[in-house]
Amino acid sequence: MNELQQTAKDLLEKNAVAVVIGYGMGSEPSLRRAVFVRKPDQAPQLIFDESCRQNLAFYVLKPEVKALGKAAVVARTPTLRTLLQLATENQITDESVVALPVGNGSVQPLTNFAAIEQYLANVPRGFTAQEQQELAAIKSKTLADRWAFWKSELSRCIKCYACRAACPMCYCSKCIVEVNQPQWVPVPSDMLGNLEWNVIRAMHLAGRCISCGSCADACPAHIRIDLLNQLLATEAMQQFGAEPGLSVRKDYALATFKPTDKEEFIR
Amino acid sequence: MNESKIILKKSLGEWFNMMTAGGYRVVGPVGQDGQIDFEPVTSPDAVRFDHVQTNNSGKWVMFPRYEAMMRFRLSGKEVQAGEIPPQAPPTVLFGAHPCDAASLATLNAVFTWDSSDAYFEPKLANTTIIGLSCTKGDSYCFCTSVGGGPGDTRGSDVLLTPLDGEKFLAEILTEKGKSVVGLAPQLFSAADGTSKEAALAKIPARFNHRDVTAKLPSLFPKEDVWKEQSLRCLGCGACAYVCPTCSCFDIQDERDRYTGVRIRCWDSCGFGLFTLHASNHNPRHKQSERWRQRVMHKFSYQPERLNVLGCVGCGRCSRSCPVDMNLGEHVAALAEIKV
Repeated sequence: MNELQQTAKDLLEKNAVAVVIGYGMGSEPSLRRAVFVRKPDQAPQLIFDESCRQNLAFYVLKPEVKALGKAAVVARTPTLRTLLQLATENQITDESVVALPVGNGSVQPLTNFAAIEQYLANVPRGFTAQEQQELAAIKSKTLADRWAFWKSELSRCIKCYACRAACPMCYCSKCIVEVNQPQWVPVPSDMLGNLEWNVIRAMHLAGRCISCGSCADACPAHIRIDLLNQLLATEAMQQFGAEPGLSVRKDYALATFKPTDKEEFIR
Repeated sequence: MNESKIILKKSLGEWFNMMTAGGYRVVGPVGQDGQIDFEPVTSPDAVRFDHVQTNNSGKWVMFPRYEAMMRFRLSGKEVQAGEIPPQAPPTVLFGAHPCDAASLATLNAVFTWDSSDAYFEPKLANTTIIGLSCTKGDSYCFCTSVGGGPGDTRGSDVLLTPLDGEKFLAEILTEKGKSVVGLAPQLFSAADGTSKEAALAKIPARFNHRDVTAKLPSLFPKEDVWKEQSLRCLGCGACAYVCPTCSCFDIQDERDRYTGVRIRCWDSCGFGLFTLHASNHNPRHKQSERWRQRVMHKFSYQPERLNVLGCVGCGRCSRSCPVDMNLGEHVAALAEIKV
């Protein structure tokens, strides 16, 4: 057994948690899927490698998983940041979930938010070189070209809402697209409906999205919606210094104002 | 009927020209690897013949993502409403694999169940299916478990089977098929008893659908089974939207204060809102109940009530699922449970 499996086994044996949410083998040799390990002898199911991409923080909020009891979650860096952002937004309480950080060798359980904050302080931040390149490529387009790009991308959207479903920050129990009195967002997956949906989602995540990429990974139409979120994350960082999910702070960008803010309308 | 001919690949261009000249819109699988879908085409040069499966099915030809049915205007206490007639251009759906062709029987059974659907029926009536047998499959394909097969003729009007890179066996199966072949009869030559079997993909069966259908009612109350399978399900609509047989829709009024349009849009049983009542009661409150509904609907309710299976084994739901919910695997697992 490797360290991850041993750690999971120990936590279950000690009854420190009731379930370990991790990655296991999927349909294809290259595929991984979420597994919910509840017995110590199932710990060998757990795998961690580069194919493990889904942000498992989603399951910490899923009612059926919550009902299993206290969870430990196998956590890549984005998942750790998601947990802190969920804490910031009062969606999870301290010590209610154990994070098993993977990625830098040692899998030392992080049992509270302070421990996650401390761990993240030593992890490199910001977008990868490839992400920066993709963002720069979009930004360098003329307005007309950018519009043409997104029109073409969004024309494939079938409004299955897999992006929303895969996103741990999309936890609203009643999403704006489900409000129909009045109907805010057009229901058809036509150009207007697709544009409104994807833009509204991006706006709602501005300053909150930790750029895990699960939305784009989930999209059956392979639309790079993560780029929209990353563009807004860059804006939120530049305008407000907002870098979500690094600490449990109550002053995230789009939900606070300061008397010293430069905008007039807020006074 | 059921006459077999040979058509050369290099003759397809002329056939396409004749179909277009004959007033048909031709829709076929086009695109790059990983993003192949059914779209209008004018030439076979753009058409893909080498793919396992398109991302989305071709059901939109008969059942579009959204469809306007009525316009209305309010003035004072008056309501003026005007129907928007169905658009049903004569269409050739070219290159649909046998699973997709078989899905038409399921869609048709739903849309003609107790009354004829005014928007579906004319489109089906005006669509001719030129199917394409499968010479390869992948681990998600399970057509042979649900009564189909890589060379199954059901649903096709003409079924093409690639015999080599150069020619196709064309089985002419219906009057509609005869009509499209009749547009360019000179392109078709005698088949002289050529068999397609050697060209077909080998798709192993994973379960027996009759056993599954017989067993499902007794599995319904086993909540743990459904909960365990669906723990990782996100509750999105990807599986339903890429599915060739899923036919659920929602009717919405898109309106401002005085005018509006009534539209039907695809809907999915995976969504929490799907069965939410106005009282706020939801008979399928949990994701596990929605997953059970999906499986029961396809493998129990539809066979029982409509005499058709609700699954053709195309595997799209499983390829598209963000969390690797694999329908073939899960139904095979259900078949193994002792009851």
